[in-house]
Amino acid sequence: MSVPLHFQTVAELSAQLASGKISSCELTRAVLARTRVIEPQVHAFNSFDEADSLAQAAASDARRTTGRSLGPLDGIPVGLKDVISVAGQPLTASSKMLANFVSPYDATVTEKLKAAGAVLHGRLNCDEFAMGSSTENSAFGPAHNPWDLTRTPGGSSGGSAAALASGSAIATLGSDTGGSIRQPAAFCGLVGLKPTYGLVSRYGLIAYASSLDQIGPFARTVEDAAIMLGIIAGHDPRDSTSFKTQVPDYRAEIKTRRGPWKLGVPKEYFGAGLDPEVGAAVEKAVGFYKSQGCEIREVSLPHTQYCLDTYYIIATAEASSNLARYDGIRYGHRSKEAKDVLDVYQKSRAEGFGDEVKRRIILGTYVLSSGYYDAFYLRAQKVRTLIRRDFLNAYREVDALITPTSPIPAFKLGEKSADPLAMYLCDVYTIGVNLAGLPALSLPCGFTAGGLPIGLQLIGQPFREADLLAVAQAYEEAHEWKLKYPAL
Amino acid sequence: MAPPSDLNIDRVAELARLALTDEEKIRFAAQLGSVLVHIEQLAKVDVTGIEPTAHAFALSNVWAEDVAQPGLAVADALRNAPAQRNNMIVVPKVVD
Repeated sequence: MSVPLHFQTVAELSAQLASGKISSCELTRAVLARTRVIEPQVHAFNSFDEADSLAQAAASDARRTTGRSLGPLDGIPVGLKDVISVAGQPLTASSKMLANFVSPYDATVTEKLKAAGAVLHGRLNCDEFAMGSSTENSAFGPAHNPWDLTRTPGGSSGGSAAALASGSAIATLGSDTGGSIRQPAAFCGLVGLKPTYGLVSRYGLIAYASSLDQIGPFARTVEDAAIMLGIIAGHDPRDSTSFKTQVPDYRAEIKTRRGPWKLGVPKEYFGAGLDPEVGAAVEKAVGFYKSQGCEIREVSLPHTQYCLDTYYIIATAEASSNLARYDGIRYGHRSKEAKDVLDVYQKSRAEGFGDEVKRRIILGTYVLSSGYYDAFYLRAQKVRTLIRRDFLNAYREVDALITPTSPIPAFKLGEKSADPLAMYLCDVYTIGVNLAGLPALSLPCGFTAGGLPIGLQLIGQPFREADLLAVAQAYEEAHEWKLKYPAL
Repeated sequence: MAPPSDLNIDRVAELARLALTDEEKIRFAAQLGSVLVHIEQLAKVDVTGIEPTAHAFALSNVWAEDVAQPGLAVADALRNAPAQRNNMIVVPKVVD
């Protein structure tokens, strides 16, 4: 049985576009038709603009017929998390605060995708201001997991994962502050890559925690993730934390870089709280690498138990500062009840923000407030140094680390939404990577007996995404998880 | 539910410019109380002589050529304003 267009990969579809077997208009119409059927069940999108997508597809076909094709992404429908600006399109961050906001300019990643000819298709649902692990914090209602509609697709980039897994896009972008690309990729059976901090420009990304945020791709295969990363990576003078580094041809590199590698298994990532089925699948993946001649070493990241606390101090502190800009004055929601200026601030923010955003603003304001700064924020920044040092010490012995992405598979919608701490504990294996600024990806490594995808996390060294992707590629090409699709 | 360490929710909400309802104050204080108890673990870490990390890579003083770049046009900048008149944003009276 042939695979329908909407479930094919960027690599496969770009070859068919190049040979003239299909047109971008045909492909885009197929994806739009799929989106219309699936969307009422999955709710992966906050909005999409069919006429705009078809116009982009027609422009791509016109380029191709005159021999001016822009490369492997030309004519491919790509969805963007609704925190990434696309000029003239809505940008809501899944918040009532920005319900009517229209982007005045393109994000740098948007410019790069446009320059590569991608058909930008829709703005994808997420937790409000990217704060959450289940997409239940969206002001416009949660997204659903295509593998089991009663469960979460993960978060915060849950819509990016759900759209791709259900065939409503061919690749998507998300953002990852504490695991928000990798955890939804794990929950939805996809490849999700968080690049090294500074590799991809944050210009035009709605800020949550600026020292941790990174944009990255969701893809069906490691090769597709490599194609996407090659397009969005690179120095940008408009982001002062953007790093000046060479961007290799990741797609070519993953075909030439071969192991065996030295892989580290951090013992702290296999303790209490790890679901036995997830643990078994990850152990099996470790066994695969061993069978390929890789040297497997147990390593220790001794400050792992402090990652969660450090993260929730630093991330909320930065969030409370970043979200101060939503004051009801220049843009965003303004309360109709407000009588004076202070009232505009306090009531607009009270009406515009949802519970989790309010909680994080309060926590962040508290840890930065006079008398608590040293005990919480400054101390957390010092512990961050120790956490980062743990990883760099491990990399003296090994090339990459191998862990579960999430301690559990996708959980039921509503299961954790009343208990913020239980929700935060879902991020326990992903947040250390953001604190240390490292690249990491999640790729499928099996299914539970109940049919839910399981994710394997590979953590690499700074700016060595080519090696990280090559390690992932070696696993992927020996397994067939990528050939499974949800039965929607 | 553990007691909030000493989170004065009224004071913090005022600092954060958030008008919270009484119900929200009670609920958030309880939820954040259990988060704070968890976070207080950090007091156990020996951080003597450790420098803080503001972000992962030591970038500082990023310079750019002093060349004017086009900014947003007025119409684009005002497009999302909640209230505007004569190319200006309208706000409530600030001084009497």
